[in-house]
Amino acid sequence: MWDLRLYVIQRATAMLMVPLILAHLVIIFYATQTGISAEGILSRTAGSLGWAVFYGVFVVLAAVHGAIGVRTVLREWSPLRGGLLDAIMFIFAALLIGLGARAVVAVTMPGGLGT
Amino acid sequence: MTSADTISSETIDVSVWRGGAEGRYETFAVPLRQNQTILDVVTWIQRNADPTLSYRFACRVGMCGSCAMTVNGRPRWTCRTHVSKVVENGKVELGPLANLPVIKDLAADMTSFFEKWQKADGAFVPSKTRHDPIEEILPNTPARIEASAAIECINCGICFAACDTVRWQDEYLGPAALNRAWTLVNDERDAGKSDRLRAVAAAGGCHACHSHQSCEQHCPQKLNPTASIAGLKRLTMHAYLRGDL
Ligand code: SF4
Ligand code: SF4
Ligand code: FES
Repeated sequence: MWDLRLYVIQRATAMLMVPLILAHLVIIFYATQTGISAEGILSRTAGSLGWAVFYGVFVVLAAVHGAIGVRTVLREWSPLRGGLLDAIMFIFAALLIGLGARAVVAVTMPGGLGT
Repeated sequence: MTSADTISSETIDVSVWRGGAEGRYETFAVPLRQNQTILDVVTWIQRNADPTLSYRFACRVGMCGSCAMTVNGRPRWTCRTHVSKVVENGKVELGPLANLPVIKDLAADMTSFFEKWQKADGAFVPSKTRHDPIEEILPNTPARIEASAAIECINCGICFAACDTVRWQDEYLGPAALNRAWTLVNDERDAGKSDRLRAVAAAGGCHACHSHQSCEQHCPQKLNPTASIAGLKRLTMHAYLRGDL
């Protein structure tokens, strides 16, 4: 029931992401409406455990959700099957988590590394 | 034929697929008649123009499901499709059903379609013997209402030919087989439910469906396989979360 398990995980991550996406959008609107600068944003996120957890969780959910989706697309649009599909899914998820984690660390590290 | 049968001396250009996987379209001028169906057109060609034309039909009244073909790019039951409804600029193009190998001309090989019915555990598993009294089935229980809504499938393969997921994923069971499985998981007399849920939840089962409703759009019986498959997705997911799958 591997496919069913992935299906359930993909739905669950989607559900969990809904409030995070809404919050993310509200924050973007807020930040752009108030004309806040990059430095201003970083001064608030740097050293904030709250933001680190918020975007850390978001990154993991998005990576898992997206990687399962990529596996489905490859199954339909490529001749890949079985273990190879799963391997690509795991590699893709790891890549997304790595990239995402790097961004989260950059904006939430104490002292505001920021780049 | 009397002159009253013809609308006029008009003809339509009918291009018909000839050959197997490799082949070409051959065009015939077929006289236009009143209330003429696509199956009438095909029969006219075979009787009057080329007796070697291969196609399949049986009942001619929309019951047997054997006459489905691709008509101007869409899968249709040809015995119940009027020429006047589908003709475009005096032309009709006829091919075999898509997503199936071609045997010859308009006859597609339905083997994989029916094998998938078996793979979806589409056969009824009796829970009683002939010695038991006949069970009373109430028509208005929620499960029976679900089953009845999906039961009138004529196995025509039109939904299968209309489904992109069937084309993309060779192992996908397809709308008709899954719709059949849905009627059985809602049949209180059936004893094969847990095996069937396992069969439709496996790779290539109900979770591969994109819910884009091409099957529902084309089904000549106006069934809604998308809804049946959504029901299977729900049931299998609940069974999985309960630890039953
Ligand atoms: S809804 Fe599902 S079964 Fe129907 S055509 Fe789309 S993918 Fe195929
Ligand atoms: S569900 Fe509809 S389109 Fe599909 S095989 Fe049955 S009758 Fe034909
Ligand atoms: S010939 Fe039987 S359904 Fe068309």
